[in-house]
Amino acid sequence: MLNLILVSGAILCALQAMQTKRLIRAALWLACVSAFVALTMYRIGAHEVAVIELSVGAGLVTILFVFGISIAGEDAMDAPAIVPKVLIGGMALALVVTLGLLLLPVGEGSPQPEQTSFAVMLWEQRALDVLVQVGLIFAGVLGVLGLLADEAQVAHKPVKRETAVANPEPVLAATETPAPQEARA
Amino acid sequence: MNDMSILVAGVIGLLGAGLYGLLAVRNLFQVIIALQVLVKAAVLALVMAGYASGNLALGQSLGVTVIVADTVVAVIGLALAVQVKRHLGTLDIKALATLRR
Repeated sequence: MLNLILVSGAILCALQAMQTKRLIRAALWLACVSAFVALTMYRIGAHEVAVIELSVGAGLVTILFVFGISIAGEDAMDAPAIVPKVLIGGMALALVVTLGLLLLPVGEGSPQPEQTSFAVMLWEQRALDVLVQVGLIFAGVLGVLGLLADEAQVAHKPVKRETAVANPEPVLAATETPAPQEARA
Repeated sequence: MNDMSILVAGVIGLLGAGLYGLLAVRNLFQVIIALQVLVKAAVLALVMAGYASGNLALGQSLGVTVIVADTVVAVIGLALAVQVKRHLGTLDIKALATLRR
């Protein structure tokens, strides 16, 4: 019963994130989806990935979204979708019905006793995945630099203008100093 | 309806909501949010498959990899969206089709 509530909550939050016009609210609904998914994973025994999902999905990604929205600004759009909404709803419903018919009902499953722990699996048996993750994190750092790059340039430009306007004397002095030398020569 | 069926129904529902959002919204930020919803469905499916097959550790390690990739995709998508907003002045994905004109 609790699983049903959690799963329903995740789907409702996802639909709300798609429906709302304000971007900040959409980001917060996405955080709720992450929290519900993390709770669901915790319930089935996947504690480690549930904690990572909660901290990264509901924490870091939400902060990044709020940061990005605060840079770009709220740009609420009432423009209609490119594809008619009836067609979109029909396609999504067709996907749900088809997958439901193919996959449901599912048997209870037979969870066997765990042979390996999560740490051994991640660090020893899936070491290549960890290396790929390191590369991906570097790509993420470059992405953050892309978020901040233009901001830095914009922040530097007015400073240059201010210094040029505030201290015009050195320029004048530099142009005036060679004059006496030329006169002497 | 047992627990596994409920979880599979949840995965399917999240996939449907993500696909609907991907097709319905025109704001770049909301497109990224729809992608995030789709990836969350994939993570849940991986962990659930690991649980059902009795190898939860494998499902969890794959889930962690997908979460890292998903976060990087979100960061790069956000950076692209901010740059698009700076250069074009809008977040509408239709404004990106400048090569067509």
